[in-house]
Amino acid sequence: MHPIIKLVFQRLALGILLLFGASALIFGLTEALPGDAAQAVLGQSATPESLANLREEMGLNRPALTRYFEWLGGIVQGDLGQSLTNKLDISESIGKRLGNTLFLACVAAIVSVPLAIFLGLLAVRFRNRWPDKLISAITLTTVSIPEFLIGYVLVYFISVKLGWFSSLAMINDTMTLGQKLYAIALPAFVLTLVVLAQMMRMTRAAILNLMQSAYIETAELKGLSTFQVIARHAFPNAISPIVNVVMLNLAYLVVGVVVVEVVFVYPGMGQYLVDAVTKRDVPVVLACGVVFAAVYIGLNMVADIVSILANPRLRHPK
Amino acid sequence: MNEQITHMAGQVTAGKMTRREFMGKAAALGVSAAMASTMFADAARAAGPKKGGDLKLGLQGGESTNSLDPATYASSVPYMNGRHFGDTLVEVAADGTIESRLAESVEGSADAKVWTFKLRQGVEFHNGKTMTSEDVLKTMERHSNEDSQSGALGIMKGIESMKADGDNFQVTLTEANADLPYLLSDYHLVIQPDGGMENPGAGIGTGPYQVEVDEPGVRHVFTKFANYWNDDGHFDSVENVVINDATARTAALQSGQVQLANRIEPKVADLLGRAPNITVQSTPGRGHYVFIMHCDTAPFDNNELRTALKYAVNRADLVDKVLRGYGSLGNDMPINAAYPLFDETIEQREFSIEKAAEHYKKSGHDGSPIILRVADGAFPGAVDAAALFQQTAAQAGIPLEIKREPNDGYWSEVWNVQPFCASYWGGRPVQDQMYATAYLSTADWNDTRFKVQAFDDLLFAARAELDADKRKGIYSQMGHMVRDEGGLICPMFNNFVDASNNTLDGWETDPNGELMNGQVSRKMWFV
Repeated sequence: MHPIIKLVFQRLALGILLLFGASALIFGLTEALPGDAAQAVLGQSATPESLANLREEMGLNRPALTRYFEWLGGIVQGDLGQSLTNKLDISESIGKRLGNTLFLACVAAIVSVPLAIFLGLLAVRFRNRWPDKLISAITLTTVSIPEFLIGYVLVYFISVKLGWFSSLAMINDTMTLGQKLYAIALPAFVLTLVVLAQMMRMTRAAILNLMQSAYIETAELKGLSTFQVIARHAFPNAISPIVNVVMLNLAYLVVGVVVVEVVFVYPGMGQYLVDAVTKRDVPVVLACGVVFAAVYIGLNMVADIVSILANPRLRHPK
Repeated sequence: MNEQITHMAGQVTAGKMTRREFMGKAAALGVSAAMASTMFADAARAAGPKKGGDLKLGLQGGESTNSLDPATYASSVPYMNGRHFGDTLVEVAADGTIESRLAESVEGSADAKVWTFKLRQGVEFHNGKTMTSEDVLKTMERHSNEDSQSGALGIMKGIESMKADGDNFQVTLTEANADLPYLLSDYHLVIQPDGGMENPGAGIGTGPYQVEVDEPGVRHVFTKFANYWNDDGHFDSVENVVINDATARTAALQSGQVQLANRIEPKVADLLGRAPNITVQSTPGRGHYVFIMHCDTAPFDNNELRTALKYAVNRADLVDKVLRGYGSLGNDMPINAAYPLFDETIEQREFSIEKAAEHYKKSGHDGSPIILRVADGAFPGAVDAAALFQQTAAQAGIPLEIKREPNDGYWSEVWNVQPFCASYWGGRPVQDQMYATAYLSTADWNDTRFKVQAFDDLLFAARAELDADKRKGIYSQMGHMVRDEGGLICPMFNNFVDASNNTLDGWETDPNGELMNGQVSRKMWFV
């Protein structure tokens, strides 16, 4: 078997093991939180009788281990179960939410990744001159301001004052792609600003590092233009660290955007998870946790494999 | 000029002139814009409700864990959902009287023990079924039987038996209660086909709108039900948009994406009200922000210490700083002027460092810090209110120590568990229910552990008393007892602060709940 394929399988197996570990950890931690779903649902209006009745119905009277393994049994058959609190099918609700999250993340990534890399290359080309300094200054500023603040400022000026874009990024199935893109313009823009800096800086640093190498000098002496040297000779060798940081940022776009979701009232996974934790809706928390862990593990795996493929020494081990 | 204006107003009333035309012509006549706007609103109101339009509400208080099952309602969005698609037997009107909904009339026996609801005929559920007394009976059973998990279970306790009898639904109580119709106006008690025994979360009711889209935590869309029994409910569709973030909610209102919003933060309400197309609706209600002490736990088992703490709160300052004036002074009892049979002559307790210090000295407290538990989620501004309380208490020499608790789990771990904490009460339609819920010795939610036999006796005596004057006297006595001996520090009653876009008309002040007691989708209309 080709060593790369073997490696992919090894990583996949490890990933699945990690997922089990993560689910056990999440289950343990949600159990450790004070209160349970019955108390959280009834809140201030709980009476001992209604609590007992609700616990009975939710099956919270059974031991924790039994509930965990039941859930595990369900998930290996592809059944995420039912929400404790509103009895809706989790696969269905999560499917919608995950679709929304991925949509927003994709749009932000399609804009931000090429833009970050291009800006990084541009910064190297004009290093220590004004374009470099300007790019760094702007991206570092936007990453330093908390995303909710950028969000509120944009909402105030662009949607309340100017009325160009909607402050509510609510999308649903009846909308066309164009309408959806229009609705999520502001949150996608905010996310782009947030993830731009790290990817840009990493591209710039990785390439600058290589620019000191002898082969770059050779390329320059061959008479290639600076941009060609960077794009053709330096960039391929810098792919590994860049892909790593790109993947980390993509993972962030999927799992870490709850604040932006709240500001723009976007129906994504983050809000769903927060609600479920508040209400101690363990099956939903587990489902969200596993999806998030899978995204993280998957993207990191892709980063590893790409770095290996990009490096001939790792690609052809002796 | 007057004649012309009158003529124009007539045109508006007849629906022949738009707001824009009216404002333009009025300006040409030299009428100021503000004046013209008022005149237009008056004229449009005279025209009566207009049908049509799609109403969007931006609401705080919705989670992705919400269900359409009325038994589970505990926050604003589910509550509003129930108001759109469902009906209760009776409703409490803005003036505190009982208004008929699915019950045409209510009659109590002379001893206030047997209550008969005559049901409206020909009311159709959204699934095409006609409502019968069996449906009503089953609904009430679902909320009160042994397996019930309903938020209304507490108020259904005094019921001995219920029966469906032709067009009538009859309730027999174990003890007399003159307020039973008020109890059955509870928003959980939405009448469902077969009582919702089969599928409580189906969202089938008799209300003006039927469920179209149900995405918990995101939005709930309702469309007008063609065979609705009543003539209110003027919109073609109603959408509850869940916007939990306060800033996002006001932004959505300002940019016109929603026409109504609840829970406007007092600190932005003034600014928002200055926007030309927005009206802030501030409604005095029965909700109150409180600090509660367990009367049976040291050091709060000492009435002198409780009294000292009551005097140590600067109420006016709290209303000013925490509520920004959107509220009124509390008097250490859970009742205010918004309740029927309230005794206005009960003396208002004032902030007094001297009296606080005097009572504190008499209490003989050893000077160890008194721990007050608080979380942001207890009520908006709870942490600030506690800090202000701490400062004024310190002036009287009372050492308060604030312990901040997480919002998460506050209602299960701190409230009704710890001896001294911040809390919130939403109020009830009548005094009896408020006292029975939280001040009766045996009440589950007696969060001040106020256990006084004489008080309980008075409560039952008031229930059986059908003479309003005598009842008022009893309630006054009970109010004094809670105020002077209870564990409740009630510095303020908060107003419901909602806001509406000026495309809407028909707002009425209703102290029973936010957004006109949830009746906005029935009673308002687009001008």
